[in-house]
Amino acid sequence: MTTTGPVTVTSAQADLDQPAEPGRNPARQRTSWLLTVFVLICVGYFLLPLFWLVVASTKSNADLFSTFGLWFAHFNLFDNIKAVLTFQDGVFIYWAINSAIYAVVSAVGASFLSTAAGYGFAKYNFPGKAALFAVTLGAIMIPIAALTVPTYLLFARAGLTDTYLAIILPSLATPFGVFLMRVYAADAVDDALIEAARVDGVGELRIFLTVALRLLLPGSITVLLFSLVATWNNYFLPLIMLNSQDKFPLTVGLALWQSSAAAGGGSQALFSVVITGSLLSIIPLVVAFLFLQRYWQSGLATGGVKA
Amino acid sequence: MSTLLNAATDVAAPTPRRSRLTAAKRRQYGAAYVLVLPFFIIFIAMVIVPLVYAGYLSLFRKRLIGGTSFAGVENYVKALTDPLFLTAVGRMAIFLVIQVPFMLALALFFALALDSGMMKLAKFSRLAIFVPYAVPGVVATLMWGYLYGRDFGPFAQVSNALGLPPPPFLTQTGMLFSIMNIVNWAFIGYNMIIIYAALRSLPTELYEAARVDGASEVRIAWSIKIPAVRPALLLTVIFSVIGTFQLFTEPKLMFSLAPNVIGTAWSPNLYAYNVAFVNQDANYAAALAFLLGIVIMIVSYIVQLSSQQKERRS
Repeated sequence: MTTTGPVTVTSAQADLDQPAEPGRNPARQRTSWLLTVFVLICVGYFLLPLFWLVVASTKSNADLFSTFGLWFAHFNLFDNIKAVLTFQDGVFIYWAINSAIYAVVSAVGASFLSTAAGYGFAKYNFPGKAALFAVTLGAIMIPIAALTVPTYLLFARAGLTDTYLAIILPSLATPFGVFLMRVYAADAVDDALIEAARVDGVGELRIFLTVALRLLLPGSITVLLFSLVATWNNYFLPLIMLNSQDKFPLTVGLALWQSSAAAGGGSQALFSVVITGSLLSIIPLVVAFLFLQRYWQSGLATGGVKA
Repeated sequence: MSTLLNAATDVAAPTPRRSRLTAAKRRQYGAAYVLVLPFFIIFIAMVIVPLVYAGYLSLFRKRLIGGTSFAGVENYVKALTDPLFLTAVGRMAIFLVIQVPFMLALALFFALALDSGMMKLAKFSRLAIFVPYAVPGVVATLMWGYLYGRDFGPFAQVSNALGLPPPPFLTQTGMLFSIMNIVNWAFIGYNMIIIYAALRSLPTELYEAARVDGASEVRIAWSIKIPAVRPALLLTVIFSVIGTFQLFTEPKLMFSLAPNVIGTAWSPNLYAYNVAFVNQDANYAAALAFLLGIVIMIVSYIVQLSSQQKERRS
């Protein structure tokens, strides 16, 4: 582990939204309009599908086929939303609740486990530490999707398939989170602080819970956000583990609707339901994202700079 | 560890003090294990045990008549001569060679552009390029699938209006690029942010002098910034290797739009899924998953090794 002071992490964090810092002032650079225009054209590409999704969500099923895809027609958004929320006895609402439960419980759990382990690795020497950390690092390379089928078979034996735990338990193991938190904890918690608490007779675990945890919080939130997105967006694991529709998360549910829409069979009215459902399903994360983006970048800086 | 203990005893010569120190050490070991243990319990149960179980399963075969019996490396021999599996791995290798460099080059370009301070609307651009990362693969594939589609996809609508044939997005050759495009769309921003965050944490002194000397921004980017963010680039390459070989959601969802093009084995992971859940052959699926894991480890290892060599040369 390199120990390139806390400067990298904290300064990256501070910099992101204050580009006016002296020495990094972009205003001193001449604006390149060529560069700006080119990047903005690319931005158009990234926003195109989302723009299409918004436009298509406002259209009735018939208008989807009969009007130009990238512009509005008769405004039908509220009827579409009603259709999504009431289709198949309102199963979409269950899917949304399930997605939220899976994502929040997994993310909070994974973040806490990673924080404790990362702090343990960063601040203590103990027999077996090097070996355990090497195993954790090696596991970052293991393709989790390759483990999903054997995990399913094990869970089937234990009677755990088609339960909430079947999604939550595998999502708790985040070796990359431990790695990030170790790097973060090394700088964020001052050794002198721990030593001072020890001299005051504070127990080791109390030091973690009362002193270190608060300092580790920004890093923990980054890990939390990553697990939140990973679990919310996961499709492979719930697809394999779950049978009951009322336990599906949004991803599996929407994919199910999409395949029955594509298969046709008189269910053509499904297209606008799938599209509007997709729009509704991405709103929570996109909003969370825009508001919390400082944490993404600082966390990625920690991993990227020191990896 | 032993040196640490020796040092402690050397310094703390009087006996009572020594025993107190060791007790403190022991307390610290205990605390460290309590901190690390919860993660490792989950880690062993959810990663190590399935891994070992997959290895175990892969050594058996199950027949309708005769039940389960030991098969040795039979499943592996079968996989290595299975045209469906080999084609799928080969397709991912092509994917890796074309899509990953394209994606990372663009991610690096955007990161450098945003970091150069030469752009208007830089913050807006950064958010817009990054936001697809928040969109689940399922929804990304749904959206692009409809955009590609002949029914109400705008590209087909435009070419229709111009009297042209619809663009070949969902054909045999088109599909590879259509899926590459979805992955690019979803992950360029993610990789851009990793690189951008690394760029932002570089000390300015590193290139302020070059700027004063009149070096162009392009030259600074090429000769100073890119070499300085090499660890971040390596991270993006390795994550991309792992991600590419695990491709599943995109082909799985594209199946309903173009079943004949995707088939059962478009990607190795899709094939393993179909072997496990359609053919009900868990043993063979376990061998496929294991082999896939080995392929990923080898490729990641080669990537790391070659980057280390580059570093040593420079």
